[in-house]
Amino acid sequence: MPYISNTKSDQEEMLKLIGVRSIDELIDIPSELRLKRPLNLPASVSEIELRKEMLRLSETNGDLDHYISFLGAGAYDHYIPAVVAQMISRSEFYTSYTPYQAEASQGTLQAIYEYQTMICRITGMDVANASMYDAASALAEAALMASRITGRKKVIVSRSINPNYRAVVKTYLSGLEIPVVEIPVHNGAADLEILKKEMDGGSACFMIQHPNFFGCLEEVTEMSEIVHRMGALLVVMVDPISLGILKPPGEMGADIVLGEGQGMGIPVAFGGPYLGLFASKREFLRQMPGRIVGATIDDKGRRGFCLTLQTREQHIKRERATSNICTNENLTALAALVYLAIMGKNGLSEVGRLCISNAAYARSRISGIGGFSPLFDRPFFKEFAVRTPSSPSGLLDKLLERKIIGGLDLSGLYPELGNAMLISVTEKRSREDIDCLVSAIKEAIRT
Amino acid sequence: MDNRLIFEKGSIGRKGYSLPANDIEESTIEDLIPERFRRKNRPGLPELSELDVVRHFTSLSHRNYAIDTTFYPLGSCTMKYNPKINEEIAGLPGFTMIHPLQPETISQGALRIMFELEGYLKEISGLDKVSLQPSAGAQGELAGMLMIRAYHKKMGNPRKTVIIPDSAHGTNPASATLAGYEVREVKSDKEGLVDIEDLKKVLDKDCAALMLTNPNTLGLFEREIRTISGLVHETGALLYMDGANLNALLGICRPGDMGFDLVHFNLHKTFSTPHGGGGPGSGPIGVKKHLAPFLPIPTIEKDGERLYLDFNRPESIGKLQAFYGNFAILVRAYSYIRIVGKHGLNNISINAILNANYIRKRLELEFFIPFNRACMHEFVLSAKRLKAKGIHAWDLAKRLIDYGFHPPTVYFPLIVEEAMMIEPTETESKETLDQFCDAMIAIAREADQDPELIKKAPHTRDIGRLDEVRAARNLDVCFSPTNRLF
Repeated sequence: MPYISNTKSDQEEMLKLIGVRSIDELIDIPSELRLKRPLNLPASVSEIELRKEMLRLSETNGDLDHYISFLGAGAYDHYIPAVVAQMISRSEFYTSYTPYQAEASQGTLQAIYEYQTMICRITGMDVANASMYDAASALAEAALMASRITGRKKVIVSRSINPNYRAVVKTYLSGLEIPVVEIPVHNGAADLEILKKEMDGGSACFMIQHPNFFGCLEEVTEMSEIVHRMGALLVVMVDPISLGILKPPGEMGADIVLGEGQGMGIPVAFGGPYLGLFASKREFLRQMPGRIVGATIDDKGRRGFCLTLQTREQHIKRERATSNICTNENLTALAALVYLAIMGKNGLSEVGRLCISNAAYARSRISGIGGFSPLFDRPFFKEFAVRTPSSPSGLLDKLLERKIIGGLDLSGLYPELGNAMLISVTEKRSREDIDCLVSAIKEAIRT
Repeated sequence: MDNRLIFEKGSIGRKGYSLPANDIEESTIEDLIPERFRRKNRPGLPELSELDVVRHFTSLSHRNYAIDTTFYPLGSCTMKYNPKINEEIAGLPGFTMIHPLQPETISQGALRIMFELEGYLKEISGLDKVSLQPSAGAQGELAGMLMIRAYHKKMGNPRKTVIIPDSAHGTNPASATLAGYEVREVKSDKEGLVDIEDLKKVLDKDCAALMLTNPNTLGLFEREIRTISGLVHETGALLYMDGANLNALLGICRPGDMGFDLVHFNLHKTFSTPHGGGGPGSGPIGVKKHLAPFLPIPTIEKDGERLYLDFNRPESIGKLQAFYGNFAILVRAYSYIRIVGKHGLNNISINAILNANYIRKRLELEFFIPFNRACMHEFVLSAKRLKAKGIHAWDLAKRLIDYGFHPPTVYFPLIVEEAMMIEPTETESKETLDQFCDAMIAIAREADQDPELIKKAPHTRDIGRLDEVRAARNLDVCFSPTNRLF
């Protein structure tokens, strides 16, 4: 079914008015370019058949309702209040597009304004944009923005940032040939002594993830001094779920703050769509990438909202735009807004507390198993790395047989760490789930 | 009508969430997180009941025009109907609740959808290999530009410029610049097509690629595409297609057969995935063989029946996303192609072309239509005749809102004065198109009788014409109860 409304007689009437005998007469494409055969694709199936087939296909995937998962590393199994999916499923939201026509889009515009405000309030920053694709592209855009603001080219990143995000930064910066320098990890955090050496007058920024890829907290305030002394900017990537408990980066000297918003009401969905959070100090607003909504008034003085500062954007500025982004992640930003609204002042902190206590309990139980020990001795949020007695891959396979996804094998990403794995524990994992993991590990290493 | 912001609602101590009790008593947060890392006050979020939240967002939703409520002929955006079955399928737990890093052995269903969707896109476009990784069209463009760079680098010289027509989308020059290229413009000729003589002038050995949208943003097919392709390839440059307008070509002709080396797709346009109020979209990139080694990592490969992610591709431009693409969007596009089927796809383009031409013909007497000949899936009219009465395309757009229509794209492409770009899509019926044309003609009459009515529109919404200049001048992008402008 191609979802076409016009019948044959509608089409005939339309052709008559246009003054042609067939639709083909309207198609102004030279015949040598025309495809002379039907597309070699499957024939149409009905809804009944499609649904049955897709359900069966979906069930060949192991989903987190049927596995106990301790896998994080950038995609987290957090609680999604039922109200989030219900609200973003309102088709007045999901079948609209970018609110270029403000008077016909106040719903989306007010929502974005509220979202921007929520992001500012949890991060402690002055301004936020309407979203980026994900944390990875947001990190890359932050590097570009810092380079524009400072007029400098060297971008310094910590190796404690998620390796996938660092890879995306390198891709984004490769065309402009902006060099990316990495600071090694020392005991689970960026090595500040090496940062001091690398940071110079040509450095645009230092970028840090806090909590970092290993779940550890970074000494952001101390970094702020090192970075600002050299006139560079401090870019901090956050986990928004941690911000009910952790000090907002705006209070630790951050100039640009970004993060992965997936934890806020967005399903893991095999990697996307997610949500790139992006906020900064007010003085840098005009260098920000992406859409921004502002409040204004109508002809009767009533409060309303519209897109603003569009002269930064590609559809106006073309090759001189602050970014090439057009379509963003509006609907997942709406999900995050509904999430923050329902969790509110106390809920976000409560989720944070649950993550911290669950993760701490899991780490202490796992460290009690022979051959396992914490890899780092630093405060952490909801993830932690442990040393394993042998390569984690065999262990993970055995856990999988028991319907447990045990975590991430770190040996490929950080060979320097030896046999190690990364374990993520959210508020969705119960004490029972953690005990189950611990006894499964014990059994697995016995056999 | 309650227009309060969410921060102006709620009450201290009100609660809408439901979390399990903390059954871990071994240690406290204060023991685990040193004071220097802890925030002093809870974040400034509202305190609301679930009902408060539901009322707030339901009422906001009522203040949007959307495809499900109104005709939405936003040119270049392909605002077609978004079938509901795709939403239902994308919401299955076996698709939403799977972790991107979980073992491949328990992700075969997801990989199969992606692998097959790549195959469908290859066949539709006539290309050899596809990556689904880019998050949206602009990221697809960036991927394409970086691949072009990698290709030329391998040939010994990355080259310096990318040629882009003056009618192109703004993302094209922005993406080329981000990839480190200088942008050179090629003019449109009297017919609204690439000026071949001008192209010859700007093409040289420094040119890395020509970026073209076909049909172009005027809704016109670049008939001389084979000539263009010959000229571009003669200099060793590559030919890139912005696939924004692919809805006009399904089963009719294929970019690969026209000579394009690489193309990005917009699944949220051609393949019906919802626009979400501005995203998420998905912008896969497809290439001919000679560019395949440069595709983003990982690619999805097949070994017998087993599908796997291949990270071992030394010439790849690298990663654009942490994982593999906007999977939940890919599921929708896959479902759509399956339910529409091969013949249905061709019907889509044919009907999109018919609908656009019908509106064009119905409006051609009342409005000036530059390049007025058979169009593809969209066309551009000019509101310049109304200028004498002080009315601009922007005013006409606002008045359309009163008639219950979302306005078309305005002031784009830049080469048409007072442009209005109309793309009805195939899913709209003749009745809807007639109602829209009637409204356009009625407004043109109003311009004679009561121009102020148009200049002050809209009149029927719960908000009047918004002051966008003020928004940029007195910037208020983050709500503060103490620093209110109102």
